[in-house]
Amino acid sequence: MKRSSQPFFWLLFGAGGMLSALIGAMLVFVTGVAAPLGLGVPADLLSYPNALALARGIPGKLFLFVVVTLFLWHAAHRIYHSLHDLGIPPGALAQAACYGVALAGTLAAAVALLAVGF
Amino acid sequence: MHRTFHRTMDGWWRRDPFFLRYMAREATAPFVAAYAIVLLVGIVSLVRGERAYDDWLEAMASPGWIAAHALLVLIFAYHTLTWFRIMPKTMPPVVVAGRKLTPAQITFAGIAVAVLLSLALWLVAAYVLP
Repeated sequence: MKRSSQPFFWLLFGAGGMLSALIGAMLVFVTGVAAPLGLGVPADLLSYPNALALARGIPGKLFLFVVVTLFLWHAAHRIYHSLHDLGIPPGALAQAACYGVALAGTLAAAVALLAVGF
Repeated sequence: MHRTFHRTMDGWWRRDPFFLRYMAREATAPFVAAYAIVLLVGIVSLVRGERAYDDWLEAMASPGWIAAHALLVLIFAYHTLTWFRIMPKTMPPVVVAGRKLTPAQITFAGIAVAVLLSLALWLVAAYVLP
């Protein structure tokens, strides 16, 4: 019997869904609203030196990698399974489009977070 | 040959509030992906150097992007609520002190943990990082 890859994707979906449910709203608020406006956080929170230090440190590097990749895999799996509800038949093409974006994002995040240095 | 009546499936999810809520919660997914991509673009620009990164940072400080992020905050908060509302249905029963936790208790616990971790994230951003 051919093994299904779906349990693996479901695991990533669940992990990304949980992470985004736990801290997503606050993370978006901090990076997208509070930091640009200097609202409750230092105005230079995301300045080049600060962002560089965050991405070069191991905890920050891991955090950024986990957030970007798990959010993407969560969304890819959910969108793939919603296509059927919108009348788009699930299949190899839809699967490649959804999971392909998540895979490309994962590779890009890995390369960038390694290239940024330590 | 019989011609049977087939009700069209177009817009089926608009027929019932339950389906509508289902589609609303599924519809958060593209926005979660959009935020991940915005963040990824920022990380890539960080690698490309200070000028590229400052361009990204400047764009993020524009009114349009701040408004978009404010909308994203609401969508993520909706995701949090729906995620923990469904959680009782997706996990095995939890027994505490000989009694099974009710779905409402599980949902409350999940949201409470989310609030605590969000508070911790804000404290790290405000006082630890810079």
